[in-house]
Amino acid sequence: MAQAPALPTGFELPLEPRLPRIGSVDAVSLEERAASLAKRSIKKDSKVFALELAIRCMDLTTLEGSDTPGKISALCSKAVRPDPSNPNVPSVAAICVYENLVPTCVERLKGTGVHIAAVATGFPSGQYPTDLKVADARRAVELGADEVDMVIDRGAFLSGRYAKVYDEIVQVKEAVGSAHLKVILETGELGTYDNVRRASLLAMAAGADFIKTSTGKIPSAATLPVSLCMLEAVRDVYEETGRAVGFKAAGGVRVAKNAIQHLVLVHETLGPDWLTPDRYRIGASSLLNDILMQLRKEKTGRYQSPDYFTLD
Amino acid sequence: MNRLPVKKTYKLFIGGAFPRSESGRTYEAEGQNVALGSRKDARDAVRAARSAQPGWGSATAYNRGQVLYRVAEMVEARATEFADLCSGREEVERSIDRIVWYAGWADKLSQVLGGSNPVAGPYFNFTIPEPTGVVAVLAPDEPPLLGIVTRLMPPLVGGNAVVVVASETRPLAAIELAEAIATSDVPGGVVNILTGHRSEIAPHLAAHMDVNAIDLCGAGGYSTELEVSGAENVKRIVRGRADVQSPWEIASFLELKTIWHPIGQ
Repeated sequence: MAQAPALPTGFELPLEPRLPRIGSVDAVSLEERAASLAKRSIKKDSKVFALELAIRCMDLTTLEGSDTPGKISALCSKAVRPDPSNPNVPSVAAICVYENLVPTCVERLKGTGVHIAAVATGFPSGQYPTDLKVADARRAVELGADEVDMVIDRGAFLSGRYAKVYDEIVQVKEAVGSAHLKVILETGELGTYDNVRRASLLAMAAGADFIKTSTGKIPSAATLPVSLCMLEAVRDVYEETGRAVGFKAAGGVRVAKNAIQHLVLVHETLGPDWLTPDRYRIGASSLLNDILMQLRKEKTGRYQSPDYFTLD
Repeated sequence: MNRLPVKKTYKLFIGGAFPRSESGRTYEAEGQNVALGSRKDARDAVRAARSAQPGWGSATAYNRGQVLYRVAEMVEARATEFADLCSGREEVERSIDRIVWYAGWADKLSQVLGGSNPVAGPYFNFTIPEPTGVVAVLAPDEPPLLGIVTRLMPPLVGGNAVVVVASETRPLAAIELAEAIATSDVPGGVVNILTGHRSEIAPHLAAHMDVNAIDLCGAGGYSTELEVSGAENVKRIVRGRADVQSPWEIASFLELKTIWHPIGQ
């Protein structure tokens, strides 16, 4: 097995007998806290700040079978300059695509500072042999991606084969080298908050640079309580070991208001140090337009129409 | 023992539901506490209208006519209640007749307003009317029931979704009408009715980029500002009258699309 990075105390190998005992999340108070944080009222200047921060932390995503180089080129332009009529609107953090479209992004985003994230390791199911997954991740980096979003093998995780999940993350981390590795837990398939916490700790122990909620391919995705559960795991690892792991909320965040609620959650759990693109990301596609509409509303005082914003 | 009657809470009508104002405010009109709608209620209503409009606009003309006729049935069933909220029985009957009259226009519009045009060339050239989209209506104060029916029906029969700001002083008939519409087959969101201060809500509707037309019938002295505001997205501005009945009222909320089609060999 490849060498794992320093582990937080309490998470030493072998993980298999330990992981089932980690956690036990209080679901009621978790949901209550997430709901109460979602009630914060963020208005005027603070709202504009939060919306621009959300754009700076955004992984602008398209993961469709119908993605073409033409569509990706358009999306790259939008990533660099989200609102052509307002140069004050910042660029997004990264663009997130399937591997085949990475070369198009490389060409379009050269010199812009926008990162290129590719989904790999048999996205979205993760139900492929380990060697293929590792090769998949390596190829993504060779094609030019500087961030790799991998999925964990939920089938293995749910059947208690934690070591397999762990080993795969370690091997993929080794394969991608210096590229940033985001580990997708697909929380909607994990069933319980206990499992979410367990998978978060496992992924961080195995060397994830980021832990990410979902693929965006199933209906239940980045809900506020799930995000809070993962953020608390990130906080616990940071407090124990000093290692700062990033967090990415992906899937289901479609409106500006919801994005701001996620930012509040991060700020209240991990503090302002995490409110940067290096440690926090929001994966989204339609969210960007809603934020642009909100920003223009704040600027002009008029409620906006999607008719005046680009579709992709 | 005497029964204590259930008192009605007068609420807004947005997206087929009857919510209170998001602001939680009320004001007194006609001796009742009525919801005092805010700009955010208007925003929600426009959003509901926008999502309902494509379905309503693409329903067959025959179906739209049937649904609107059903509204007349529902108003007829509540005729006594309506009579107490307006000038009386005669106004209710005129309102019902007007709903039926407009319902009948649903499947006649395209024949009367559209048609094939003679052109010098090997083309079929024809014109079809299409709905404008989301229409904001400022209902007049008088007559309280016939006024809102007169302004609501023309955009509705043409396939638009409508956000009505009810009369500020006489809103009860409008709310009663919302209840009749809710129990007919009009899809949720196609008609939305707000109560409150016209001066508070109307400027936001006039400025709203996702509203395609505004009827200033009940606007009083505000119309110049509203028209200037509506120019930003080139809104269709209609200065409607409170008691009028004509197919040209419907045409005010329609776009005429002309198509050139080559004639084949």
